[in-house]
Amino acid sequence: MKKFIFLEHTADIKFQAFGKSLEKAFENSAYALKKTIYSKKIKKKLIKKVSIKGKDQESLLYNFLEELIFLFDSEKFLLSKIKELKIEENKLKAILVGDLAENYNLEMHIKAITYNEMFVKKEKNKWIVQVVLDI
Amino acid sequence: MKSKNIKEIKKEGKMKVPGIIYASEKLLKSIENDKTTNQIKNVAELPGILKASMAMPDAHRGYGFCIGGVAAFDLKEGVISPGGVGYDINCGVRLLKTNLTLKDLKGKEKKLSEKLYEKIPSGVGRGSPFQLTYRELDEVLEKGVEYLIEKGYAKKEDLKHIEEGGRLKKSDSSKVSERAKKRGIGQLGTLGSGNHFLDVQIVEEIFDKKIAKKWDLKKDQLVVMVHCGSRGLGHQVASDYIKLMEEEYGIENLPDRELINAPIKSKLGKDYLLAMNSAANFAFANRQIVTHWTREVFEEIFPKSKVEIIYDVCHNIAKIEEYKINGKKRKVCVHRKGATRSFENQPVLIPGSMGTSSYILVGTKKAEKETFGSTAHGAGRVMGRKNAKENLSLKSLEKDLKNKKIIIKAGSKKTMLEESPEVYKDIEEVIKVVEGLGISKRVAKLKPAIVIIG
Repeated sequence: MKKFIFLEHTADIKFQAFGKSLEKAFENSAYALKKTIYSKKIKKKLIKKVSIKGKDQESLLYNFLEELIFLFDSEKFLLSKIKELKIEENKLKAILVGDLAENYNLEMHIKAITYNEMFVKKEKNKWIVQVVLDI
Repeated sequence: MKSKNIKEIKKEGKMKVPGIIYASEKLLKSIENDKTTNQIKNVAELPGILKASMAMPDAHRGYGFCIGGVAAFDLKEGVISPGGVGYDINCGVRLLKTNLTLKDLKGKEKKLSEKLYEKIPSGVGRGSPFQLTYRELDEVLEKGVEYLIEKGYAKKEDLKHIEEGGRLKKSDSSKVSERAKKRGIGQLGTLGSGNHFLDVQIVEEIFDKKIAKKWDLKKDQLVVMVHCGSRGLGHQVASDYIKLMEEEYGIENLPDRELINAPIKSKLGKDYLLAMNSAANFAFANRQIVTHWTREVFEEIFPKSKVEIIYDVCHNIAKIEEYKINGKKRKVCVHRKGATRSFENQPVLIPGSMGTSSYILVGTKKAEKETFGSTAHGAGRVMGRKNAKENLSLKSLEKDLKNKKIIIKAGSKKTMLEESPEVYKDIEEVIKVVEGLGISKRVAKLKPAIVIIG
């Protein structure tokens, strides 16, 4: 199974991320976001723990990805890998590892996560999430 | 077709007003290919919308509202929507004039491009040398450019040449979240990435001699165009209020989740307006600090240079303005998302893409009558970034820019390719349409000499 694919969009970045579980699909959506900012490897030097709430699966995804942008803008934290990610009833806890952004020649700044065309759904045994990033 | 280049979308379903697309046949094709029409119709369903849900000639698909969307709402019955402003609150364009000409630039192009690139942070993650405390940030949020006079980054004279004098007075920094402030505090004085830029341009042609003289524009004069917005701070304000409005009003009755809104007269609606105005002040200040550094670089290379502001326009904003509707004067809330204010005698700045011309125009009475004082804001994208990367060649772009004697400084080759002239609509066509409609009139045409992007 592919982790994620990028789709065509006139002005912005649109992707779908996949997983056998909801957790995996969320994890892979974070990797798609990371790849938009920087397409090469990031070192694993720092650890961040995040705890996110949502009203539904979509808003949980929105808030989770927004936290990554927030960490990037405010603390220059760039994601390399997700060590652990748990979702229980629209609550998400994750342990992220990564590095400081200033060590890399980055490619794209993401302005915001959007609800535009967003979905979180299960098809047979596969979870699919779709996100459009405002850049 | 009501008249040339005006396409009406008839009222249907839940639409409260018709839609209007201001475009030529050629531009209409790309607009209709793009789901933009649906977005125009969705906006027409919002409570209190007046006259029509409008799209400017450079319109393309956005979130909720299309980019290039203009909609005005009644202050009593109407709503305000973060999706009608956009995530980059007060993204806008500023044009600076110099007392230099093409001759002065000869032999100094490279040095100027390098110094500007070095001095003005662009691209991703390049923080700003302009450091400030959270208390000072609150001052920026409430006073905009006025505060920067105290700090030595602006002249009193500058205020006269910025939309709203560089300060939206109905602001309140306490309505901006800590998260938003944390995102933005290190970014004041930075361009960012994507389609943001700083260009050194040359006045190529004058169309309206009288106004050009008034604005002190001459053929071959060097000017500087800056395009940037409110950075992470503004983006977070938008996200924060989208969430708050969802919690307060729910999303069940919306044609599109990104059209979440609040009544203008509600507490949340008022709070958003205060926060949005604060973020807009941050954006004015952002362009002002970039201006200050540009002045420093010019003074270093051309000791006798004078760099003054021609004008600064917002193209992502909601404003309370007064219009005559059905013969009666009334105050309305105009959303301009990727659209420029075009009041009579006001300078209108419409940038093209990296290798093409930009335009200075003047606003008109006709725009005030027809389009709630609005006109286009750029060429408008037509090709996606993925498509650009797969189908365009960096080599031919570099060759083309070299042939046109344009120096480019880009933080990333990826961005450069994604911002190729081919991904945009034809700026000449957009200008032809706005001029033909009379919603703004050409004053001068500018061609790029140095391009700095993230």
